[in-house]
Amino acid sequence: MKLTTLLAGAMALGLSTPVLADAHDPVKVGFIYVGPIGDGGWTYQHDQGRLAVEAEYGDKVETVFQESVPEGADAERAITQMALGGADIIFTTSFGYGEATNAVAAKFPDVKFEHATGFMREYPNVSTYDARFYEGRAVTGTLAGYLTETNKIGYIGSFPIPEVIQGINASYLHAKKINPDVEMVVTWAYTWFDPAKEADAARAMIDQGVDVILQHTDSTAPQAAAQEANENGGRVFTFGQASDMAQFKPSPRVASIIDDWAPYYIERVGAVIDGTWEQQASWGGMPEGEVVIGEITDAVPAEAKAAAEEMIAAITAGEYHPFTGPINKQDGTPWLADGEVADDGTLAGMDFYVEGISGDIPN
Amino acid sequence: MIRLERRPTPSRVWAAASPLVAVALTMVAGGLMFAALGKDPFEAIRTIFWDPVFGEFAWYFRGQLLVKAAPLILIAVGLAMGFRAGIWNIGAEGQYIVGAICGAAAGLAFYPSESWLIFPLMVIAGALGGFLWAMIPALLKLRFGTNEILVSLMLVYVAENLLASAAVNWLRNPDAVGFPGSRNLGRWEAASNPELIAGTGAHWGVVAAVIAVIFAQIMMTRHLMGFQIRLAGAAPRAARFGGVNTARLVIFCLGLSGMLAGLAGLFEVAGPAGQISIDFASGYGFTAIIVAFLGRLNPLGIVAAGLLMALTYVGGEAAAANLGLPGAAISAFQGMLLFFLLAVDVLSNFRVRVGRGVVA
Repeated sequence: MKLTTLLAGAMALGLSTPVLADAHDPVKVGFIYVGPIGDGGWTYQHDQGRLAVEAEYGDKVETVFQESVPEGADAERAITQMALGGADIIFTTSFGYGEATNAVAAKFPDVKFEHATGFMREYPNVSTYDARFYEGRAVTGTLAGYLTETNKIGYIGSFPIPEVIQGINASYLHAKKINPDVEMVVTWAYTWFDPAKEADAARAMIDQGVDVILQHTDSTAPQAAAQEANENGGRVFTFGQASDMAQFKPSPRVASIIDDWAPYYIERVGAVIDGTWEQQASWGGMPEGEVVIGEITDAVPAEAKAAAEEMIAAITAGEYHPFTGPINKQDGTPWLADGEVADDGTLAGMDFYVEGISGDIPN
Repeated sequence: MIRLERRPTPSRVWAAASPLVAVALTMVAGGLMFAALGKDPFEAIRTIFWDPVFGEFAWYFRGQLLVKAAPLILIAVGLAMGFRAGIWNIGAEGQYIVGAICGAAAGLAFYPSESWLIFPLMVIAGALGGFLWAMIPALLKLRFGTNEILVSLMLVYVAENLLASAAVNWLRNPDAVGFPGSRNLGRWEAASNPELIAGTGAHWGVVAAVIAVIFAQIMMTRHLMGFQIRLAGAAPRAARFGGVNTARLVIFCLGLSGMLAGLAGLFEVAGPAGQISIDFASGYGFTAIIVAFLGRLNPLGIVAAGLLMALTYVGGEAAAANLGLPGAAISAFQGMLLFFLLAVDVLSNFRVRVGRGVVA
């Protein structure tokens, strides 16, 4: 009832005209951001992608965005508003927009929707996209294995979801290849962006003797906490997350995992311009240029840097998969046989630690 | 020299006119700010105040105004009664959260039953949750003389932590592979709070807000309790001598405002929000304090104030999305409204005199 009325309203207003009805009209591209552009992390990188779309297509596109849209009741209105405003494709750039994106997609069948890091594609005009961040984790895990002297590396987890568990496992497996005695300390922050909580988590780990911190949260607070510890005679290393976090170079930040959404956004907006857009679930990584390792500074030993660069080259060339057997699950049961590579389905639903990580995944 | 001279009695004209003057001043100052940001001020003001109600897509936005205004009005009506009596419940946000958690938990306990009893049960649980959460500051005040402002405010932070633990732990959707958040109540017919008439935005929370306003208006003007509330606020000592039971008044005002806030939370979680999530708390409980004062603590005034506040949200979002205004500019714009209201309010209690006067 609700749906049909809205549809009738939309059609009466001529909103359902096909995208290519008027070739002179620029394609309108909308972005829904979860944080402010100035967060220097997740949202900043998505906005860089938006600017890249503008640079690529010039007059052929018009972009609009809305910052700091809460992942609750307000998201649906914000997305609807953008669709009413004539957007032809809308990127909703946080996991929490999944339900809202699909609800709006039902009402606007001619608008394309792209939901970042989600899995719900209930209508043919909804695609999802994500990046293989675990490929970057394999590289930073390798560096962590070289850098740690206390044999304790820490991971600030956001939420116990597959994407984060992939990151923990990939980091641990590759650190352990370099340093068999390495131990993984995981702290759950239950937030994507909360500088105070992230700093607390980092300080608590440093107090426990952790000397390399990997973070799956977006603020620079853990970097600042490490810098503070180093100023007081500590020896702690960190990695930039989502964006380069270059202000903490050359140490504590020794490298970073940068999310580069520009290639994907340019490709998908191009598909709308050409009229070739189709539903898909995209999961690009280093080969597609979506996951990029930021400058590895001279604070790491040359040998470690060489190993990291070799791994980047191998993953980019498609010669190496970070989850290649033999790998056992935490309880000792075999997961991947020697030389076997993890399939995407298992990775997308990953809910177990690999052998050697202690502690339980909160449930 | 400009002086302020206290009026013998507050000016009724200014009390009624000051919200309108404040809105006008906000438009002027906000327009200047938008112009300073390089945007057309007239277009921005039109996008915020005119388009949602009369623009091309008003058929959608009018409903959204009700969705946004209903919880604000429901909470503010309850708060206003306490404020009139001098009982300061600042923690409606916490009662709103606890109402939502209790209501959602009561429903989810019976998932996936399709019994028609589930939604009424959730409504009762939501109201009860908000009521009990407000009883904590009420009973502490009566038993130990604690300050209800501090206790109710602090309990908001406790409620936020309860919400986080519910979202990631005990109310988490077991089918969501580790993602935080409860099941979506909107997708479960027996528990959902849908739009009652398609396209209007009106859900059960809007109905409840209307009932609450009518009930409050009658009580304040025609009922003994309303008289006691007004008396306790205007002359606490006289009220005590006149036989007003202060303890009963504290329980009544905090309990009622807690109950209404809990109901607002329940209707929100079962309707527009759909699920218990970490970000469920959206500040309605705090914004409602502003709405209560903007509406002069009068139930009918609160309806107008709630709709106006909803307009600045809905229109503000539209301006942010369509004109490329930064989110912070919209928040500043809303802040201006309150600033000017408080500033203009001075005129209802004071007269402006120019020239030298006698120091009293």
